Amino acid sequence: MDKAKLREGIQKYSMIIVLVLVTLFFTWGTQGKILFPQNITNLISQNAYVYVLATGMLLCILTGGNIDLSVGSVVCFVGAVGGVFMEKMGMPMPIAVILMLLLGAVIGAWQAVWIAYVHVPPFITTLSGMFVFRGLSNVVLGGQTLPIKNQAFVVLFGGGANCYVPDILGGGEGMNRLALVVGVVACVIFVVVTMKGYLNRKKKGYETGNVAAMYIKMILICAVILFITYKLAKYKGIPTSLVWVLIVVLIYGYITSKTTIGRYFYAVGGNEKATKLSGINTERVYFLAYTNMGLLSALAGMLTIARLTSAQPTYGQNYEMDAIGSCFIGGASAYGGTGTVPGVIIGATLMGIINQGMSIMGTDQNMQKVVKGLVLLAAVIFDVVSKKRSE
Amino acid sequence: MAKILLEMKNITKTFPGVKALDNVNLQVEEGEIHALVGENGAGKSTLMNVLSGVYPYGSYEGDIIYNGEVCKFHDIKQSEEKGIVIIHQELALVPYMSIGENMFLGNERGKKAAIDWDETYGQAEKYMKEVGLSESSRTLIKDIGTGKQQLVEIAKALAKNAKLLILDEPTSSLNESDSKALLDLLLKFKKDGMTCIIISHKLNEVSYVADKITVIRDGSTIETLTKGVDDFSEDRIIKGMVGREIADRFPKRHGVQISDVSMEVKNWTVYHPIYTERKVVDNVSIKVHKGEVVGISGLMGAGRTELAKSVFGRSYGSNISGTLLLNGKEVHLKSSRDAIAHKLAYVTEDRKGDGLILSNPIKTNTTLANMAGVSNGIVIDKDKEYAVAVEYKEKLKTKCPTVEQNVGNLSGGNQQKVLLAKWMFADPDVLILDEPTRGIDVGAKYEIYCIINDLVAAGKSVIMISSELPEVLGMSDRIYVMNEGRIVGELSQEEASQEKIMSCILSSSKGE
Repeated sequence: MDKAKLREGIQKYSMIIVLVLVTLFFTWGTQGKILFPQNITNLISQNAYVYVLATGMLLCILTGGNIDLSVGSVVCFVGAVGGVFMEKMGMPMPIAVILMLLLGAVIGAWQAVWIAYVHVPPFITTLSGMFVFRGLSNVVLGGQTLPIKNQAFVVLFGGGANCYVPDILGGGEGMNRLALVVGVVACVIFVVVTMKGYLNRKKKGYETGNVAAMYIKMILICAVILFITYKLAKYKGIPTSLVWVLIVVLIYGYITSKTTIGRYFYAVGGNEKATKLSGINTERVYFLAYTNMGLLSALAGMLTIARLTSAQPTYGQNYEMDAIGSCFIGGASAYGGTGTVPGVIIGATLMGIINQGMSIMGTDQNMQKVVKGLVLLAAVIFDVVSKKRSE
Repeated sequence: MAKILLEMKNITKTFPGVKALDNVNLQVEEGEIHALVGENGAGKSTLMNVLSGVYPYGSYEGDIIYNGEVCKFHDIKQSEEKGIVIIHQELALVPYMSIGENMFLGNERGKKAAIDWDETYGQAEKYMKEVGLSESSRTLIKDIGTGKQQLVEIAKALAKNAKLLILDEPTSSLNESDSKALLDLLLKFKKDGMTCIIISHKLNEVSYVADKITVIRDGSTIETLTKGVDDFSEDRIIKGMVGREIADRFPKRHGVQISDVSMEVKNWTVYHPIYTERKVVDNVSIKVHKGEVVGISGLMGAGRTELAKSVFGRSYGSNISGTLLLNGKEVHLKSSRDAIAHKLAYVTEDRKGDGLILSNPIKTNTTLANMAGVSNGIVIDKDKEYAVAVEYKEKLKTKCPTVEQNVGNLSGGNQQKVLLAKWMFADPDVLILDEPTRGIDVGAKYEIYCIINDLVAAGKSVIMISSELPEVLGMSDRIYVMNEGRIVGELSQEEASQEKIMSCILSSSKGE
């Protein structure tokens, strides 16, 4: 019994354990360089697009292991069109941003219609999208690089040298007060929400779960928040890209865990026929998953062109693979129906740390790909084997 | 006295929660055609799967003695090497391969890696001649009818050097003349010394072809009838199949008031969703009252599930016509969502396939058909959801450690209770229960019957589709008998009996 519980626990938190081990390994391998404030800041801003895309990809994968291969090309295309809007047509930034999001959603809906209502396999629909939007990006940009000079846009979406939330609390050099305060406030909010839920359940006489485990979890999460915000404060503060990531992660974390529509994603992936017979419009679920993927691809496109301060027809290549990899490493099932937003965050972070750790250690670019590939395979093998065992 | 080719001794096979076979004994003589008969779920197919190694040695108790030696088959390959070949009810042919390719699939002709196509097709023609199939061996399976496909299956068995041929419902998808041809083919094989075991529901065919008939009921062998010695009439066989005591396996209902008609279906006709010219439900009219349990009896494939699913918001079929009245008012249900909104529930026969999400906990399965009941439309109240799940767990006496348990880890009976809980929580007025006790043990069945009684006592209507005659008889106020898509009989509780239902089915089949 205890052994089974232990195994269940290890299985549930396996990726967190792996994440800690990998971080320790690279801390040792880089003589602690990976934990430098600048590197932590880079880890976040370099991977902002992965977090955004992986969250959207999670919804697609939940519906039954379906993936979206077109996101890299859509990222590039939306970035290219947005670049043309702002730089060539001189469109004001807010309007350009809204139009880019709209364009992403329309592209997503275009593919979603075929997938949801005509039942074209997602793999093929999005493979087509991958070619189409890559090609259109080239057409829009005329094969050229288009520099993005709109500073407001670049700073807002996490690019350039000064892409940080201004320190309104007036901290001096080397210590950003806003970041520290945000960290503390976030911890307080987290603790209050957790405790409120616990007390509420206790009052109504519902099962409360293991109290000790709840406290340990609370302390660990607060420690991680404080550690990261402290490191950010020591560098330049909160990157604007982190704000976008947090918005996306919080919204979608809420949708997937707390709302009816979120539940439908899991239900469709778990047993589509049963879901349909339960009176749920399964086609609409598919439609939403892929439309939403287009919308988030647009946001990732903005983050990308801002960070690289240009739009290029080659941007976004293999982004879909980073997103898919993060989902599977983060515990989403290749058959659909399981996976969480926090899991995806851990998956994306793990990939990011491996990338960055190896870069700092000076590992060959090509070997980095080998390692990433093997980590992905290992994660999916783990998923398949542990599922088999629990049957 | 001919030599005993096969003896199965004291075979017991248990599935989680159910004893499928209980000390079954079977003796088959060389060169005879031995028929196995019994109701759906009596254990015929399970017994044959034990024999052919589908359920490997060690997963059952008892001995298989074949040709004088004790056999311990670990897979089908081993039993086939001994000449025991099984042809399953569902044809196992690959539609886009030729007859010849199918015949030698897994048994390819030629040397090592390279297939000798000339030999393949040459030999295929030879076996096809033996079964009287006049087609080119290069014709694709999808281009020939089911009757000929069945012959290909038999030729395939011959190609494996079958000595003991097992046929599971070989004529279930064949028309009259194809069936006759197939049975005559078996008689011809018998002359050549082949031994056959045939499982069939069609008792007229069984009496025609078999030398001996073994009756299986509830996982036990009841009797073996021998041609020329025992009475071989259909009535005699039916009596063996169904003749059990119905003591108090069914809880009594007291003082339940049967009042107004709650649902009525008129002239309901449904066509197959893919083969759109095939009628699966043919001009059916039924009704159910408040507080009433109506049984729909019939064999598998009679169109009962198709009727239920098509009524439930057109979840099955194409070109559906007919009228549906709920509480006297005509309604047009376009989707399962519509049906639920009109207080209809369909509890599927296939709880794993389209009933439950096995990878999800009891909690989320319970609320799936009525998310509005635990949310404000958008945000789920998880505490309330938990409370609802616990409430139904206690009400239905579901055995589980917590409602956080994944449904996949529960026994069949408890899964069925979760499925019922899900639909009860959707608060329907009319519940269609499709095979509500399939594959669950006697104790859990009793509890489900009690739940059904509670439902009608609360003024709901229950339509119970069941292949188990005693269950239909024990639970229903009124019984419709369905066969080949049509209602072929309506019996009140007083006049209904197992023999009457069976003869409704059989006489309507003969009329075709």
